[in-house]
Amino acid sequence: MEILLVIIIGLLYAAGIYMILRRSLVKLIIGLILLGNGANLLIFLLGRIVKGHPPIIGSTEKALADIYADPLPQALILTAIVISFGLQAFAIILVKRAYKVVKTDDLDEMNATDEDI
Amino acid sequence: MLLAILAGFILALFMPSLIKGLKGKSTIAVALLPFSLFVYFISFLPRISAGETIEFHWDWVPSLGVGMDFYLDGLSLLFTLLITGIGTLVFVYTSSYLKGHQYLDRFYAYLSMFMGSMLGVVMADNIITLFIFWELTSISSFFLIGFNNDSEPSRKSALTALGITGFGGLFLLAGMVTLGFITEEFQISSLSAMSGEIHAHELYPWVIGLVFIGAFTKSAQFPFHFWLPGAMKAPTPVSTYLHSATMVKAGIYLLARFTPVLGNHPWWNTTLIIIGGITMLYAALHAIFRLDLKGILAYSTISALGILTFLIGLGTTAALTAAAVFILVHALYKATLFLITGIIDHETGTRDVSKLAGLNKVMLPVGIAGLLAAVSNAGIPPTFGFVGKDLIYEATLHFDSMAWVLTGAAIITNVALLFAGFLAGIKPFAGKLPKAYAKVHLPPAAMWVPPMILAVLGMLFGMIPPLVDGPLIKPIVSALTLRTPDFHLHLWHGFNVVLALSVATIATGIALYFFIKPSEALLGRATRFEAISPHSLVRGLGRGVTWFSEKWTNFLQNGYLRYYLITILSFLTLLLAYRLFLGVEIYVDASTLSEITIYEAIIVTIMASAIIFTVFTKSRLAAVAAMGVVGYSFCLIFLFYSAPDLAMTQFSIDTLTVILFVLVIYNLPKYLNLSETRDRIRDGLLALVFGALISVLTLEVLNETVEKDISTYYAEQAYLLGKGKNVVNVILVDFRGFDTMVEITVLAIAALGVFSLLKLRLKSIEKE
Amino acid sequence: MKTIIFRTASDYLLPLLLLFSVFILLRGHYLPGGGFVGGLIASIAFVIHSFANGLEKTRNIIKFHPGFLMPIGLVFAIGAGAAPWIVGQPFMSGLWFDDPFPVIGMVGSALFFDTGVYLVVIGVSLTIIFTISETL
Repeated sequence: MEILLVIIIGLLYAAGIYMILRRSLVKLIIGLILLGNGANLLIFLLGRIVKGHPPIIGSTEKALADIYADPLPQALILTAIVISFGLQAFAIILVKRAYKVVKTDDLDEMNATDEDI
Repeated sequence: MLLAILAGFILALFMPSLIKGLKGKSTIAVALLPFSLFVYFISFLPRISAGETIEFHWDWVPSLGVGMDFYLDGLSLLFTLLITGIGTLVFVYTSSYLKGHQYLDRFYAYLSMFMGSMLGVVMADNIITLFIFWELTSISSFFLIGFNNDSEPSRKSALTALGITGFGGLFLLAGMVTLGFITEEFQISSLSAMSGEIHAHELYPWVIGLVFIGAFTKSAQFPFHFWLPGAMKAPTPVSTYLHSATMVKAGIYLLARFTPVLGNHPWWNTTLIIIGGITMLYAALHAIFRLDLKGILAYSTISALGILTFLIGLGTTAALTAAAVFILVHALYKATLFLITGIIDHETGTRDVSKLAGLNKVMLPVGIAGLLAAVSNAGIPPTFGFVGKDLIYEATLHFDSMAWVLTGAAIITNVALLFAGFLAGIKPFAGKLPKAYAKVHLPPAAMWVPPMILAVLGMLFGMIPPLVDGPLIKPIVSALTLRTPDFHLHLWHGFNVVLALSVATIATGIALYFFIKPSEALLGRATRFEAISPHSLVRGLGRGVTWFSEKWTNFLQNGYLRYYLITILSFLTLLLAYRLFLGVEIYVDASTLSEITIYEAIIVTIMASAIIFTVFTKSRLAAVAAMGVVGYSFCLIFLFYSAPDLAMTQFSIDTLTVILFVLVIYNLPKYLNLSETRDRIRDGLLALVFGALISVLTLEVLNETVEKDISTYYAEQAYLLGKGKNVVNVILVDFRGFDTMVEITVLAIAALGVFSLLKLRLKSIEKE
Repeated sequence: MKTIIFRTASDYLLPLLLLFSVFILLRGHYLPGGGFVGGLIASIAFVIHSFANGLEKTRNIIKFHPGFLMPIGLVFAIGAGAAPWIVGQPFMSGLWFDDPFPVIGMVGSALFFDTGVYLVVIGVSLTIIFTISETL
């Protein structure tokens, strides 16, 4: 299974980077989201994946017993997911706003508008 | 004492509002600050004369040995009195010179900031503190030189001055740190006891070399002298204050201060004699040919600084005494001459010495001050300058080797300086008044009284040497030589060689003054060699750096986001690929892998197709929907692999993101294909290679064993310390609660950003 | 989207989902859940309601601008972090009541902190989505 996830990670990175390199702003945002997902999965995988043992202490126990999924990457990813929502919302609105003002979403044309506004 | 030093900075802060409050009236009141400081410092005079030193300690960064330690001995006292005394006069003078100037507030703020830093330099007892104040003087002088910030030459000179002195400052820092490294002692006052140890250390040449560069750049010694004439673009009060009386003497102060520590070594003495000698001759000869009054004064100042370096280099008691006296002499007459130049410039509008004459008829008091200063500069008895010059000849004549060469150099310099002083102090006032200046009138008292005070003091000290001898000069000499001096300053030494030399100097100088008339032709001859001067070299270097950085920046900073990304990614890819190529073993340990169930295979296939679909679809909505699919598949993967919290969060976030996209999608630009096919292939290749590298890297990392100390700690302590059983949640709200708090703050900021971006009216644009 | 079925369903869904979100929040310390997820579920509940009934109606239910939930939540979180100061312990150390409360279970500073997170998350998501729908 790890192999498949590794392939997905590579695919997410490749897709994300390809989208970021486009000239359209919307594609840029989609690329960012894909990259973020790829990074999350990477962290998740590097914490090693374990089936069926969530990091939750049993009702009768006081600490996690022998096999359990690593709680640390999970906490990190949870934070990352929520933060990336804030980032995406902001980026989308920024694009929308910029589009309204400069009437283009071509990054190359935005380059030249510095002086005009 | 700390307050006295910091007063300048504190007042600089309030200066703008203060000046605005005064509304252009009675701005002269600002001079109360330097004056009160002057009175404060002069109150130490009796104690210092009695041989005491005053110390002040305040730990600042004790771990680095940096403290706000201050120290007042004879040498410091002389400088503090010069700084605050001349400062008072300059403050008064400025109130009239820049009357009604738009930025007078700023000017005073810079000026008091400078005064504070300068006081810090001359009183600092800690070598790091010394450096900090040293750099502060450079910075404040940058603002002062570039005060006329709408003129390009002014800005350029300010930049040159900052470049040279700042550059020197760094060398000084290196020198100081090396010194601290050798001795592990940062108190200047304790260093002199270790003189022998320092001399013997193998780093000694480095220390003096670095300190020399610091001092020479600041005090405009050859070959770093060229910033000083350029700095004359500054308003005259600045030239007076910084470039004759105080700041340029900081280098001299540094050399003098470190004489007991680093001096008395052949390398120290020889270097200083040679550099000082070259500077004093070179600059003195240059001064003769200048037409601009300020140019003349600038070069004669450099020459005087050369003399001081030269005297410190000689290092004998007589030479150090001469240096101490000459610092005072020079400050008095040169400040006077500068102030007078300012008056002439202010009233007539020119500083061209070949055009000026006869101003005595319209501004007699200024003329008198000029005459007194020129005479003191010339060293004609009974001025203080005569005392100073005698001491210089004494020092050179009684030097062990090459006494006559050194004396000869001193004589030539003095002749040229006398000539320059006459040009600046007498020439504009003597002779017939040209018609053009007939309507020129005497400036307000605030302008002519300060130079007069200085000039009269120069005369007074000459006639009654004991005024300064015991109280000031002796403590200085004892601070420099660490011995109690056994001499007295005299105006009259009787008929001897020194007197004969003095007479010869004065006679030659006066003769020169009557024979050489300053003219364009002479100036042209003197400036012919500019092309190979250090100044041109530095300018060329500066231009080269600008040219190169422009090309380089345009190449790398081209303004296209994707090219930046391509550069970064290609570099990263190359680096990674190179490392992998170097023979990292790539293998997959099948035994550690988990098996693939049919559900997982399906999910992964769906994900992969969704990702590919996102990239290639032509519809925005389809892309968003495909992204949603990717997100929900993620959810399932998290669920399979024991991360229920993540699955829930991912699910909710994904829902919200899709809603968000759907809400704005019709307001978003059309999904165009802007790039050319060639670009797409290039980007695709780069992306694929990078993705593949990440995959390989991940596989490699999976082969390593993981350290799980932190996770284990959390897993074991979650219930015991955090009283929770969901370890992920305990980490978020308890163990790393602080991070979470910052995170929700960031979220709130993002929401506020969205809110304000949308509610904000981009007025000019939306009205159209 | 404004079908009668959806509208009717959403009227019941809103309180149910809100209750569910609080449940998720409270159990977070022991079972999967917590402030982040709870807050997101609550905001989804409001978003669904607004889809069915229009933004104005949802606005009327909440009565105040959801943006105010952000500072309130932050105060909760900081307060929970600062509370240990009162009893002389360092910032952010966990404080717990000795006995469990009925229904809620164990109550401690971590729960208040999580409630703060919950409120901020609701505030943030609703502010973003409401602002966007308003200005379209």
